[in-house]
Amino acid sequence: MMSGTLVEISQLSKQYTLSGGFFSAQKRIIHAVNHIDLQIFKGETLGVVGESGCGKSTLARLMTRLEKPTGGSINFKGENIFSYSGEALKSYRRGVQIIFQDTYSSLNPRKSALSMIKEPLTIHRLGSAKEREAKALEMMSKVGLKKEQAKRYPHEFSGGQRQRIGIARALVLNPELIIADEPVSSLDVSIQAQILNLLLDLKNDFHLTYMFISHDLNVIRFISDRIAVMYLGRIVELTTNENIYSRPLHPYTRMLLDAVPSCDPRQKKEKMKIKGEAMLESSQGCSFQNRCLYRKEICTKEEPPLKKFDEQSYCACHRAGSIQDML
Amino acid sequence: MQTPLLEIKDLVTVFNTARGRIKAVDGVSLQVHSGETLGIVGESGCGKTMLALSIMRLVPGDGRIANGEIIFSGQNLLTLSEEDMRARRGSEISMIFQEPMTSLNPVLRIGEQIAEAIRLHRNLPAKKALELSVDLLREVGIPDPQKRVRDYPHNLSGGMRQRVMIAMAMSCHPKLLLADEPTTALDVTIQAQILDLISSLKQKNNMAVIFITHDLGVIAQNAQKVAVMYAGKIVESAPVEALFAKPLHPYTEGLLESIPAVCAASGRKGEYLKTIPGTVPGLYDLTAGCRFQDRCPYAFADCQSKEPALAEIETGHFVSCWKYDGKNSLRE
Repeated sequence: MMSGTLVEISQLSKQYTLSGGFFSAQKRIIHAVNHIDLQIFKGETLGVVGESGCGKSTLARLMTRLEKPTGGSINFKGENIFSYSGEALKSYRRGVQIIFQDTYSSLNPRKSALSMIKEPLTIHRLGSAKEREAKALEMMSKVGLKKEQAKRYPHEFSGGQRQRIGIARALVLNPELIIADEPVSSLDVSIQAQILNLLLDLKNDFHLTYMFISHDLNVIRFISDRIAVMYLGRIVELTTNENIYSRPLHPYTRMLLDAVPSCDPRQKKEKMKIKGEAMLESSQGCSFQNRCLYRKEICTKEEPPLKKFDEQSYCACHRAGSIQDML
Repeated sequence: MQTPLLEIKDLVTVFNTARGRIKAVDGVSLQVHSGETLGIVGESGCGKTMLALSIMRLVPGDGRIANGEIIFSGQNLLTLSEEDMRARRGSEISMIFQEPMTSLNPVLRIGEQIAEAIRLHRNLPAKKALELSVDLLREVGIPDPQKRVRDYPHNLSGGMRQRVMIAMAMSCHPKLLLADEPTTALDVTIQAQILDLISSLKQKNNMAVIFITHDLGVIAQNAQKVAVMYAGKIVESAPVEALFAKPLHPYTEGLLESIPAVCAASGRKGEYLKTIPGTVPGLYDLTAGCRFQDRCPYAFADCQSKEPALAEIETGHFVSCWKYDGKNSLRE
């Protein structure tokens, strides 16, 4: 199933500068994405998990070229996507599509379902008007919408159905890579399960590769082959689905896993050692140091790089491996 | 058995809308004791928030409470004058909401907002009230409370704002706390800290908590009793262990099965999730019979004609479903 690298991200950075206010000369720099190295293999689902503000959505926006990086590159099939313009850029955008979280604000309230699903074909001038309509209707049935619903407007659909429109619109151009940015986060559990199953189906039918972004470890575990854990703009752990849940390497990964409340009331977790909040001001050393229970002197001085731990795993922690029994 | 702190009997909250009259809360009965957490779980639109607002007598707009009793500390809240109700709101019964940003006043310092409740309900001078709000901020785990009382809501992170909301709710030592999705907008690591805080405050003050959420994991870890709501009705209620070990209502069963992996200890990666087909019915187009019939894998003829009542199938375990006819026997 997996063969070859589809996307190669190297040293990717995106900084935002915030002015300190009208009367202040001081400027703050936010490292939304901070020197990220990451590969996405053809045919896999790469899960990206992290809390709000960790840069996962910025990464998605960089991948889709909605933002320009302040450093580094993204190679898609060997070509740097930031060198694209004109026709080449258009063709890249046919190949990489995004599904958004908020199904209400990402759909045009004044357009019918069918016309929104058709729109990408119109923009890319694919097929005749008749062919476009046929293709859009076919996509609608693929995502589980009925023909009778074609002329309806977003407000006439439920949240789950609106997300189906979003998915149909992303898939109508036959992309290779789908960036799904929290696609099920705003849905109820029973609807969330329907959409996750649909995404699995479509992946097989259309031979897709997914980059699946979520804050929900349950969802990430269900759908991903490999998982990247992000914290304050950096990838702190990257490994297989099985590894991350059976043998987390980074203290932050452990903390995330501990924080998910178990659905078994008998399995009360021992009082957790979760403390603090992410520190936004950049300082010397590891960005997780203020919340870490295993901090040593080196952690306050040097930022740990993402290092290879074994064949499948990478971890950015000075103490990776040596604290495994304690995690 | 001790008398419950809060007992709701057959509560009905209706809304008159352009499309007709709907029952957002439809015949709900429940009990909560001091020191106990009742979890109310359900999907969006099932009426769980309207239930909480009904208890506070804060039903918005065209809504009104049409029937039932809400007995709190031996008094029916629905017969109180607005003035008497206001004296209880925020002092004996407090509520925290999902979105702390919109529930806090953006142009007032957080210290003043906490102090307001203390001044009104406990008749303390402004200076004393402000001092107390510093103590409260310390109690809910806000670092450097002396300085923080002078902050505005926008200076704080989401987790800190929720702590301020909790400090405000706790300011008059309420007997009952209504928590409506208090951690839904927060990250998991922050959620864990807020849940810990609520449960330790509950123990310290022997407070009753009604915890409203759509997250079954949060319920499993924090509640002693659970009520599952569907389309305005409670369809199942039980002690938390019983509900998760043996869900009786087909809807509860479906909800539990649609949660992905981590919960079910076995990684089920790559397999399909079980789902509940269809969507929650709109309250406008409810038909005769059981509200869950269209989505129910077990539905049979009876379900279309008669609405099942909540019946005690096992001790303390109530369910409204025609599957259980009489004594815990499953009809074919």
